[in-house]
Amino acid sequence: MKRNSVFAVAREAMRQHSGWGRTWGNPEAKKAYDVVIIGAGGHGLATAYYLGKNFGITNVAVIEKGWLGGGNTGRNTTIIRSNYLQDPSAALYEKARSLYETMSQDLNYNVMFSPRGVMMLAQTHHEVRGYQRTAHANSLQGVKTEFISPARVKELCPIINIDGPRYSVLGALWQARGGSARHDAVAWGYARACTDMGMHILQKTEVTGITQSGGNVTGVDTSRGHIACKKLGMVVAGHASVVANMAGFQLPIESVPLQALVSEPIKPCMDVVVMANTVHGYMSQSDKGEMVIGGGTDAYNAYTQRGSFHHLEETVRALIETFPMVSRLKMLRHWGGIVDVTGDRSPILSKTPLGNTFINCGWGTGGFKAIPGSGWGFAELMAKGESPLTDQFGLDRFRAGRFIDESVAAGVAH
Amino acid sequence: MLILNCPYCGCYKDETELSAGGEAHLKRFGPGASDAEFEGYLFGRVNPKGVHFERWRCASGCGKWFHAARCTATLEVFGTYKAQTLKPPQAIKDAISAKRPGWTWRDFS
Repeated sequence: MKRNSVFAVAREAMRQHSGWGRTWGNPEAKKAYDVVIIGAGGHGLATAYYLGKNFGITNVAVIEKGWLGGGNTGRNTTIIRSNYLQDPSAALYEKARSLYETMSQDLNYNVMFSPRGVMMLAQTHHEVRGYQRTAHANSLQGVKTEFISPARVKELCPIINIDGPRYSVLGALWQARGGSARHDAVAWGYARACTDMGMHILQKTEVTGITQSGGNVTGVDTSRGHIACKKLGMVVAGHASVVANMAGFQLPIESVPLQALVSEPIKPCMDVVVMANTVHGYMSQSDKGEMVIGGGTDAYNAYTQRGSFHHLEETVRALIETFPMVSRLKMLRHWGGIVDVTGDRSPILSKTPLGNTFINCGWGTGGFKAIPGSGWGFAELMAKGESPLTDQFGLDRFRAGRFIDESVAAGVAH
Repeated sequence: MLILNCPYCGCYKDETELSAGGEAHLKRFGPGASDAEFEGYLFGRVNPKGVHFERWRCASGCGKWFHAARCTATLEVFGTYKAQTLKPPQAIKDAISAKRPGWTWRDFS
């Protein structure tokens, strides 16, 4: 793979950009691999990347039903933060956030990470107390956050109306080193680096069954035929229950649509990410100038990748109260993704009842921010059978009652 | 937008007038049950892509709980029925079979 650099840009500028080549490969499937990962989204590709980089395992295939990064990786609102309440979550998300800081250099691919700062508005007295508690917890965990005053909120984000009609802004939890990144580039960068290590990314290859013998996985049946493997990783987000069902076990997961929308591009007006959990909306401005807006999940299970209209209405109504200037904006696109929500709103990175099979799912409404940390920990779990990052996130916690309860800490926008 | 017919009051209700109650026909386990049974009751969910049975409440109408048979892949509604039953009535199962031959959901088919 050619290295990307300023010299490469200059060289290609001289020859009409004819020499860039493919970013990732499109190989024929082999009959067998050491490791097969189902799902070429951010988490699946990051897992493959760290299997190769940290453990030297490169005989790997990443199998994707659709196109690379076309699921939730390409549908989220690209918020990166690690201001979680519980210790295991803070460790995992902070690992991810710190890996994002050097990801462009590490992958030699510009993921446009922008540590512009994330603020979560406190608009009720309960939220004030909750976020002050989170800020205290974060300082013990080594995650840099602070609780800031309404005046500071207004200073950081002048377009906010801090004296709203329903819920005035009483403060905010501020993480200055949070931010956003280009979500597609994260998937593309990992795919490029995986291809560089000789891994196979098999797009338009649907897994139709999982073969096993003596309690251990032996391979997967796909639309391209049977592919044997020694270890299997399932990283399929919304379809986790469907794939787990093929392997013969059930998950504590419900799949529901989550929606997002973007406005027409406007001039730069907001250089932070703002989340308003009480009124149910969050917003940031993309490099193109579009206002990127996230909403709430539907109340019932669906796999349709579109959500109910009334949730959009609620989200937009809330944002107009908090940001009066957006009331005249036209919305450009709107879409949905299927998120896999667990009972305690924390992810599952775990061994499974089927031998040599591992599952990474349950990221619910907030998986993008975790991609590098999730891949780092899950690769270690797959390679060594244990990982300090993922040990608390096993499936057994639901039987033991040892939950990592983040639903209160994170509110709705997670 | 989902519209369901309440089998008690007969009203057609928009999803904003209803409360979704999650998976139907869960068997409750309590004191004396094994950890696995209790875990399954609390957290184990079919979460299918296709035919699904759910509990709903006619929140802005008669207030009663009822069951709905629905497809989670297409949002098609096969029918609703009263909650005082451990399994879907034959008419609902026939309505599903007409559109999804060979369907299964837990022990039902």
